[in-house]
Amino acid sequence: MTDTLVVQNLRKTIGKKEIIKGLSFSLREGEVFGFLGPNGAGKTTTIRMLVGLIKPTSGRVSICGYDLQRQFADAIRHVGCIVENPELYPYLSGWENLEHFARMLPSFSKERLQEVVHLVGLQHRIHDRVRTYSLGMRQRLGIAQALLGQPKVLILDEPTNGLDPVGIREMREFIRLLAEKEKLSVLVSSHLLSEIQLMCDRVAIMAKGEIIRIDDVETLLKEQARVYWKVDSLERAKNILANETTVLETDGMLVTGYEASQLAVWNEKLVQAGIRVSEIQPKLPTLEDLFIELTGGETID
Amino acid sequence: MINLVYNEMLKIVRKKRLFIISAIIAVLVGLFTYAQYKHVQDVQKRLGTTDWRTQLQQQIIDTQNRLNSSGISEEWRKFLKIRLQQQQYYLDHNINPSAPGAPTFMRMFVENSIELFLPLMVMVVVADLVSSEASGGTMKLLLTRPVKRWKILLSKYIAMGVSISFIMLALVVLSYAISGAVFGYGGWNLPLLTGFTVQGEELNTANVHLIPQWKYLLIELGLASFVAIVVGTLTFMLSVIMRSTAAVMGIMLAALISGAILSNMVSSWESAKYLFMVNLRLTDYISGAAPPIAGMTLGFSIGVLAVWGLVALIVSFFVFITRDVY
Ligand SMILES: Nc1ncnc2c1ncn2[C@@H]1O[C@H](COP(=O)(O)OP(=O)(O)OP(=O)(O)O)[C@@H](O)[C@H]1O
Ligand SMILES: [Mg+2]
Repeated sequence: MTDTLVVQNLRKTIGKKEIIKGLSFSLREGEVFGFLGPNGAGKTTTIRMLVGLIKPTSGRVSICGYDLQRQFADAIRHVGCIVENPELYPYLSGWENLEHFARMLPSFSKERLQEVVHLVGLQHRIHDRVRTYSLGMRQRLGIAQALLGQPKVLILDEPTNGLDPVGIREMREFIRLLAEKEKLSVLVSSHLLSEIQLMCDRVAIMAKGEIIRIDDVETLLKEQARVYWKVDSLERAKNILANETTVLETDGMLVTGYEASQLAVWNEKLVQAGIRVSEIQPKLPTLEDLFIELTGGETID
Repeated sequence: MINLVYNEMLKIVRKKRLFIISAIIAVLVGLFTYAQYKHVQDVQKRLGTTDWRTQLQQQIIDTQNRLNSSGISEEWRKFLKIRLQQQQYYLDHNINPSAPGAPTFMRMFVENSIELFLPLMVMVVVADLVSSEASGGTMKLLLTRPVKRWKILLSKYIAMGVSISFIMLALVVLSYAISGAVFGYGGWNLPLLTGFTVQGEELNTANVHLIPQWKYLLIELGLASFVAIVVGTLTFMLSVIMRSTAAVMGIMLAALISGAILSNMVSSWESAKYLFMVNLRLTDYISGAAPPIAGMTLGFSIGVLAVWGLVALIVSFFVFITRDVY
């Protein structure tokens, strides 16, 4: 596995405020990388730096081995992106928009244009003016535009923004397809946790301009797994379990950490103490729980 | 680069800007043609005769008499001789000096539009060249292509140049075609006086000579194009700096209109001559009208405008290349 996008110690200060505080991460070929954080975490700002729209105060970004600052054209050639909303020229047709951006590439062909139009399923409306498109269609056209130059890295800022449930699922499948079949690295930012959980291989969790955690989605989830105990005598059971591990109480159930090897032992202790255990329920948390746990539930400030 | 310029031109054309400008010019030319036509009729009525020939002959005789009288300075004598030459030409070529053809109309139109109308038309095209990309969000797409930023801006600047050429062309073609329908299409070789210089308070006629109208027009069109490019560059800079097209237009409008007003009242405020907007009437130097501030010459005004344009160009590129795009 090779790294397509490498970010080292990226910082951005606007005025006196440090908005991005030293990010480092890398994208691998063929993976979908999630960028997760609450509003104002700095996702969009980071993405703008990754595509050269804003200059980092310090730090490096390299794409397919090219330094973004010093070899801008070579580096950016391998990137397709949508930053925030997919804004295109409303007075041109979708096709003309694509042609417009294709003309800015070192080389382009009509076939490639046809190809991306089919890829995003816009062939029926492509010759209409963009003014008349729905948000979802614009989103698709934005993706088509990003794929024009056959990029190695695709950077999407909230790609499911404004899509309906079917559109969201299609988009998700489409992104997975691009990663698996075309071996693209895809960076997706979102504050929708369920979305990231469903489509990403790895996530970086971000808050207040810092990455709190980067890990595989599965590892993260497993680590934070919980076991719910349903017992007839809450107080006594809690005391017994508290000797072994940390215990919380919610909705008339006890919650402990998930430690596979210990579950049977704990259960035995409860039973020996004469407590009737009616349910032992392991639960994978949603990223939501995880997120709140990691960030301490903080929001925008 | 050609592709980039093509893109920019496509956007300008599809926004229908050039079409609108052509339409405005056509309407205005029609209006002025009618006004001019009325004016000519009025003059003829006032003179009580439609026979301008006798009148011209009378004028020639007057001039000759003055030439023959003694106590007239050498310089003045020379000037009168040139005037005589001009009047004789009108007579010989059967041209009514108060009802000239399309080229004369065009010349007057250029002279009168150089300060306000032409800059306004340029502004309409240039004001949103860059700012619309910023406010529409397409700037993000434009700047994430494998093309260096200076090339993108240069392509826009070239597109501006092409648009200005188009505006000048529209001005020439439309004013010639429309006014010609009323006044006739002849008059290219009409001799015109030029070479006036202002020394102190006096009009110096020492270098006055006649040149054919087509040459005169060519010079004026050249000056008008120069003014258009300088005003275009200034608007371009504002368009780079600001996101809002309305703000760009507002500032440019304020500057241009204040220029038109200032020209009439700044004669005692000497340093105002370094403002670009009081230097726009370049054609006045050719026709010999007094400049708004003593000591201003054609070379001076061209210099001032060139400096403003150059600075604006440098600022545009510097800002565009180094700026963070949010
Ligand atoms: N031009 C700017 N000047 C000053 N501060 C800015 C600027 N742009 C963004 N910020 C600040 O940077 C922080 C990060 O903003 P950013 O847009 O990157 O957040 P985000 O993670 O994309 O949020 P969202 O989920 O709402 O899109 C915010 O606190 C914001 O106020
Ligand atoms: Mg954002």
